[in-house]
Amino acid sequence: MNKTINQKAWWLILPVLVLVAFNAFIPLMTVVNYSFQETFGNNQFFWEGTTWFEQVLNSDRFHAAFLRQMLFTAMIIVIEVPLGIAVALTMPKKGPWVSVCLVLMALPLLIPWNVVGAMWNIFALPDIGLLGYTLNSMGIDYNFTQQPVSAWITTVVMDVWHWTSLVVLLCYAGLSSIPDAYYQAASIDGASKWAVFRYIQLPKMNRVLTIAVLLRFMDSFMIYTEPFVLTGGGPGNTTTFLSIDLVKMALGQFDLGPAAAMSLIYFLVVLLICWTFYTIMTRDEVN
Amino acid sequence: MAKIEFKNIRHAYPAPPGQPTVYALEEINQIWEDGGAYALLGPSGCGKTTLLNIISGLLIPSEGSVYFDGKDMTSLPTTERHIAQVFQFPVVYDTMSVYDNLAFPLRNRNVPENKIKERVHAIAEMLELTDSLKNRASGLTADGKQKISLGRGLVREDVKVIMFDEPLTVIDPHLKWLLRSKLKELHQQLRVTMIYVTHDQTEALTFADQVVVMYEGKVVQVGTPVDLFMSPQHTFVGNFIGSPGMNVLPGEIKNGQVSYHSHVIELTQNYDKIPEGKTEIGVRPEFIRFDSSGFPVNLERVEDLGRYQIATVKHAEDMIKILVPEEQEIPSENPRIVFDPEKTHLYRNNWMVE
Amino acid sequence: MAIELKAVTKNVGAEAHIYETSLMLKPGVFNILLGTTLSGKTSLMRLMAGLDKPSTGEVWFDGQNVTKVPVQKRSVAMVYQAFINYPNLTVFDNIASPLKVAGVSESELKDRVHKFADLLKLTPMLNRRPSELSGGQQQRTALARALAKGADLVLLDEPLANLDYKLREELREELPKIFAGTGATVVYATSEPLEALMLGGYTATLSKGSVVQYGETPVIYRNPSTLESAKVFSEPPINIAKVEKQDGFVRLSDSVQWEVSEKLRSLPDGKYTMGVRAFHLLPSGSGVKVLGEIQIAELSGSESIIRMTVEGNQWVSVAHGTHNYAIGTHAEFFFDPNNCYFFDQKGRSITA
Repeated sequence: MNKTINQKAWWLILPVLVLVAFNAFIPLMTVVNYSFQETFGNNQFFWEGTTWFEQVLNSDRFHAAFLRQMLFTAMIIVIEVPLGIAVALTMPKKGPWVSVCLVLMALPLLIPWNVVGAMWNIFALPDIGLLGYTLNSMGIDYNFTQQPVSAWITTVVMDVWHWTSLVVLLCYAGLSSIPDAYYQAASIDGASKWAVFRYIQLPKMNRVLTIAVLLRFMDSFMIYTEPFVLTGGGPGNTTTFLSIDLVKMALGQFDLGPAAAMSLIYFLVVLLICWTFYTIMTRDEVN
Repeated sequence: MAKIEFKNIRHAYPAPPGQPTVYALEEINQIWEDGGAYALLGPSGCGKTTLLNIISGLLIPSEGSVYFDGKDMTSLPTTERHIAQVFQFPVVYDTMSVYDNLAFPLRNRNVPENKIKERVHAIAEMLELTDSLKNRASGLTADGKQKISLGRGLVREDVKVIMFDEPLTVIDPHLKWLLRSKLKELHQQLRVTMIYVTHDQTEALTFADQVVVMYEGKVVQVGTPVDLFMSPQHTFVGNFIGSPGMNVLPGEIKNGQVSYHSHVIELTQNYDKIPEGKTEIGVRPEFIRFDSSGFPVNLERVEDLGRYQIATVKHAEDMIKILVPEEQEIPSENPRIVFDPEKTHLYRNNWMVE
Repeated sequence: MAIELKAVTKNVGAEAHIYETSLMLKPGVFNILLGTTLSGKTSLMRLMAGLDKPSTGEVWFDGQNVTKVPVQKRSVAMVYQAFINYPNLTVFDNIASPLKVAGVSESELKDRVHKFADLLKLTPMLNRRPSELSGGQQQRTALARALAKGADLVLLDEPLANLDYKLREELREELPKIFAGTGATVVYATSEPLEALMLGGYTATLSKGSVVQYGETPVIYRNPSTLESAKVFSEPPINIAKVEKQDGFVRLSDSVQWEVSEKLRSLPDGKYTMGVRAFHLLPSGSGVKVLGEIQIAELSGSESIIRMTVEGNQWVSVAHGTHNYAIGTHAEFFFDPNNCYFFDQKGRSITA
């Protein structure tokens, strides 16, 4: 009944602290370590200072991957957020269909990333995939393994298919927290559907939309498995996003130094954009 | 402005299969005059909100019709009924300024902007909101927000009925007084039909010209506050209105005389034509006084409520409450009480007999 | 239990929620904290309960400093404005929960639950869950649980605020009786003066984060020590005006003045504030006559509430019977100077 003040409760979060330490902090420190040194194996390290950082920041390869990444993230947010809102608005608010819709919506989120990639790979194959074959038989020249445009469209559509549900569920939660009185008042005020959306639903969804955009931004910025399975970053390098590029560099070429430096830059970029974005989105509420 | 008429209205919410239909609202036939201030008063679950929703069009009654000025409104949607409503929890459009909130219903109806400006300023003046017109509506206090909700109704010239659904629930007690008087004042200025739903007798009685008392889905009495106070038609009304409520005591009618535990109770009204037998005597605490000519009671308790005292006395097994003015002394030895003969009523099966 | 706050303060961030307050509550009775929202009632209760620690000062229970004792080690029960029960437990189990924690034997537990259920008229609902109860019954369950805990200190934070008017009236009457036999010290927060009067006991008036006055409820009502205390303990708001005492007269305006009463004769001449409650400003009677410009008259059947402007002040009269006035008309009202309170420039009463 009463709120308890008990300092012992801190011990309960100890396992999490240990986990986070292993999971995040120690690897991060390893990366920092690599990013300033050169190694040729055998645990021998040579101090390199900021060389790797300069090299990465000046490389055309990084610029290209970064631009592709920005373009991809921008595209999926521009598509997924409005689409998610639209779907959430059409979902029923009460009755037996609510749970059916929610389960259907949650389904794509439950599928592992590599399975999604594999599914879409097969689905879109121009010769035997349902999508690829249908498109080609309709006279549309489509081959995602050869044409950059087809590869991009397929990757974006796959991400939209996989993640719009998340935006839908968040928006739906936001919408269902609006009391009925608001809708009644709006109908008495003669508000159009658009006005209801603009002045009631959108402002009340403000918070969840911030979260949705942040989540989608971070996730898409770090996307790896799905395009890797679908296109392998190709054709050429056309769908090589930052993570794929990083792995290619670190594991494919074993350039640990530049890869570590790139990781850190990558991490700082995500942090910076998230912070800027969050500050802008929540600025209104502070006033 | 509109006269509201209810013809054979009845409503039942869908019952689970196999169970009998329960009417949330029993048959209602009422005519509410144009420009009146009405209050729907009753405890939770008495059907007052159901009736309100029927008027506003949020609910279509299972039987009967509603007329505004003789026009059948029963199945018309809310938007076409020319009504406005103030809800229990203030509804404001958070992202808009106070001005834009007030202008919103007019903009939705394509009223020209100069006309809007004129109306909004006039209403803001009335509601004492002029100084905050430029502020964000979300920053206002609860009473300010309720004023905006009301204002959005008042700006529209087509509004015929304004409804209030327990509008003072979230308002600080000290501000309740001010806002309530403001509503009453606005009604007297504008003479638009107003309907006020509440469980609080003080709010209902002070606001309305006509109070509709509801109990278990039925309208038990419609009357002016004075009617309800002086001659409650049902013991429920007697108890619900007034604080403390009416005393209801067992009595008997015999030979044209009313007695309470063998004490004859003097009454001005003639009960010759009433069949003899058991009855209930209803008398308000305000209309009992200590007097040596009355019957004896035991003084149980006296509560000092500042402006008056409430004495609780016992006779036989009955507890009787008496309201005594602040300065008056209560006899501590052998107290006797009398009922005001004009203001004491008789009831049978809870309904008043005359 | 005797509870004493010794010079406690509570700051949250840079904001002071409680200014330095000392208060010794009367043990074993109903103690009422009366004040408007944000006057510090809840903050003070949380300090008593031990849910918050005071920024400075000490809390003493029965002569022991308990400032650092955590809430679960203090013998405290609390009931809130919102109806808080365990939603998935029956009424019986809800009431029994503190007894189970205390390790009471099965048979005694049953007896005690039934005793409290009986006291709060919950016996027929013992097998129901909170969601199947009305608001009044839910709050009764919460109260029964607080009783079952057998705590020495029971804190009730506006427990009736969310209930229907008539239910509130009923419970207000029952509450002091229910707690009377337990010996517990009850602290009851409310913002309604009438509620305080109905509950009786002792009242502390609160304003802006500090206790203004403490004593027997009717005594505090009739003898406010400050203007602030009079304001807090008046509903409708007390009628206030600036007056001047000069040459044996009290002057409200050029046209309204009266001879100084015996009590005030020894006061030095000067400016004072007077307050007269709405119930003492009447449309008929004797005493000082004022002219009011009517703003609105509200008639409730048994009484009339008339708002008006008197000599530039917003005043209100509450009178028995029906007195109707049209808006904007002028009417005479009367008050007896003996019913007035007078306060000096600093707001301290000069009559009390």
